[in-house]
Amino acid sequence: MKHIISALVENKPGVLAHVAGMFAARAFNIDSLVVGRTEEPDLSRMTIVVVGDDRVVEQVRKQLARIVPVVKVQDFVGQPVVARDLMLIAISAPAEKRPEVLSLIEMFKGKVVDIGQKFVMVEVSGPEEKIEAFINVCKPYGIKSVARTGTIAMPRHAKTDTAPARNAQTQESQ
Amino acid sequence: MKTKSRASARSAGQSSIKAGAQIIVDTLIEQGVDTMFGYTGGVVLPLFDRLYDAPINFIIPRHEQGGCHMADAYARASGKVGVVVATSGPGACNLVTGLATAMMDSVPLVALTGQVRTELIGNDAFQEADTTGITRPVTKYNGIVKDVKDLARTVREAFHIASTGRPGPVLIDLPVDVEVNKCAADGKADMRLPGYRVRAKGHSRQISMAARAINKSKQPVLYVGGGVIISNAAEELRALAETAHLPVTMTLLGLGSYDQRKPESLDMLGMHGSAYANYAVQECDLLIAVGARFDDRVTGKVATFAPNAKIIHVDIDPSSISKNVSVDIPVVGDAKTILGQLAKEVEYQERKEWFAKIAQWKKKFAFRYDQSTSAVKPQYVIEELCRQTKNEAIVTTGVGQNQMWAAQFYKFVKPRQLISSGGLGTMGYGLPAAIGTQIAKPEATVVDIDGDHSFNMTMTELATAVEHNLPINVCILNNGYMGMVRQWQELFYGKRYSKSYVKNPQYEAVAKALGAVGMTVDKKADVPGAIKQMLKEKGPCVVDFRVEREENVWPMVPAGKSINEMDGLDILESMA
Ligand SMILES: Cc1ncc(C[n+]2csc(CCOP(=O)(O)OP(=O)(O)O)c2C)c(N)n1
Ligand SMILES: [Mg+2]
Repeated sequence: MKHIISALVENKPGVLAHVAGMFAARAFNIDSLVVGRTEEPDLSRMTIVVVGDDRVVEQVRKQLARIVPVVKVQDFVGQPVVARDLMLIAISAPAEKRPEVLSLIEMFKGKVVDIGQKFVMVEVSGPEEKIEAFINVCKPYGIKSVARTGTIAMPRHAKTDTAPARNAQTQESQ
Repeated sequence: MKTKSRASARSAGQSSIKAGAQIIVDTLIEQGVDTMFGYTGGVVLPLFDRLYDAPINFIIPRHEQGGCHMADAYARASGKVGVVVATSGPGACNLVTGLATAMMDSVPLVALTGQVRTELIGNDAFQEADTTGITRPVTKYNGIVKDVKDLARTVREAFHIASTGRPGPVLIDLPVDVEVNKCAADGKADMRLPGYRVRAKGHSRQISMAARAINKSKQPVLYVGGGVIISNAAEELRALAETAHLPVTMTLLGLGSYDQRKPESLDMLGMHGSAYANYAVQECDLLIAVGARFDDRVTGKVATFAPNAKIIHVDIDPSSISKNVSVDIPVVGDAKTILGQLAKEVEYQERKEWFAKIAQWKKKFAFRYDQSTSAVKPQYVIEELCRQTKNEAIVTTGVGQNQMWAAQFYKFVKPRQLISSGGLGTMGYGLPAAIGTQIAKPEATVVDIDGDHSFNMTMTELATAVEHNLPINVCILNNGYMGMVRQWQELFYGKRYSKSYVKNPQYEAVAKALGAVGMTVDKKADVPGAIKQMLKEKGPCVVDFRVEREENVWPMVPAGKSINEMDGLDILESMA
């Protein structure tokens, strides 16, 4: 099963290497890993998508929490979350096909961000399935390149959890 | 950064301007360091200059790996944090095996490494290595200090992280300019570790659940590991085992946490553990694991490990719980507190049938060896050593058969008595470990029970022992083989002894050349006298015991088998 894990980490050199190294060393598979700043300059958020059975994901969560500069770890599984991916995609759109392509983009609420002679570059965001669907419908026209951010996510009715509160506990298996 | 100036009696001139190297030394002393191990080099010269007249006993090994093992054993023997220093590049790389050894066995260690000047980092400068990159997977935490203002705080954090929770090695990389740069030294700069929390007390509901399970159990077994020794919980363990009346088996690193002379002791379990421990675990209805991590050398085939048991697991590291074996009652916290709590909540149960069964197994399958030959049996050497040292020596080991026989035939009675590389299984650990142990415990009788090939790896450290006139005792169980490898080749590779021996030197002569006492023993009748003589020597003494070459360690659980499927039980029985 797919789990979205959100880790609040200290914004220090070496933290990403530590997290990525731990995944490699313990043979956990990462679907995607996104790092970005938060509203606190000292903290970054990593959103990691992993696929595995409950026991594996439980270990992932515990091993993450064990890394010293990792402040808080949450597994969003079973919670209502908003999960989004952002994609830039360059689609072949010669003059004769352009109206078709543009209407597809419209349907997917994409935004044209660059237009060339043969290609249009589009920005699309949304749940992963929507991104995948858009890629599929674009395939027949020809895709020049794709760049995706990977998933970021936040639980609905988000509580503020970014402060490194002293009582913020990593979940335990009890 | 704000530097607060506060008066403190600890060191004069709290807010005086100091060079980084001086801040390091002052912070080490503040942390209670009086002994350290290390080797110099270009980029640690500023630090070594400040150590010139510091009140710290400084031991120089002959190789940084040796120094790291010494600091590790110093920590295991004393319970304090071990400290090791090395230069950049080759020096730091030589620490890796030692750090990995300490990491696997949860040993509190602080390693300080020099690094090239900050502005040269990343340029493949002379003696540059990506030390934090190389050591990240083998340390609990590591980091590089790039600003002298962060130095005191980082050193304090290193000691805190190394010694709390599940302990482990912490490495700090120190660019040479940071050692030289000056800043106002704030004696109290606070630690900033928002991601580091240690849970000491167990959840009381979980503890009560565990206590109820213990009270209900007809056939319980306590399975304890190194965590009990690390948390100084031997007393609480004894109280629990006695109050509830529980048999106790120990992992290699757990040996010493429960007096092996007592009837409740099932000795070591696992691949070369006792048959009675393995049978008891396989038949128990409740397994109480404390400070142990269900290593594959303990569990054998996981799917059939303790098949009838409910499992309680007490551990300070949540990630150890349900990692290899799924646990019914997890209790996260410090073993000492939790065992103490449990001892109060359990009741005595006689469990007559269970203990009778165990007593039968103990009798039938005791560790035995052939005493009828005139050959020097390695097991005999250890038994004799145990007898003459009255179970009180601190024993370090190499890796292989020597280590397993030490675990089987020396009967340990108190914690921190066996100092051995369990998790990583590092050959060459024994001698430097004996040195680190003797320095931590100057009055103790320290014996390295070693293998010839293990000893070969770090024997250069004998010179260190001689330099400091340490009365360590080295018993080489010299079978002329990488014995454990040879045993596997005999059993599983049709006796093809492929690359499992080298031409050994005359250890007696090596010892003498390095300034130690050397002896050779090739007759059974000479064993007691040689041990007696060895224990009398005031300096380092090496005894080369020419033991039976193709002796095997029994029992043995072949890889992938359940722990009750042991080979060699017929051999044990035939020698009854
Ligand atoms: C550094 C290292 N290299 C290789 C091994 C693999 N290994 C395990 S036991 C062993 C043989 C040990 O021989 P010796 O020290 O003579 O001990 P014996 O088994 O003969 O008592 C080897 C090569 C190891 N554990 N450590
Ligand atoms: Mg050998």
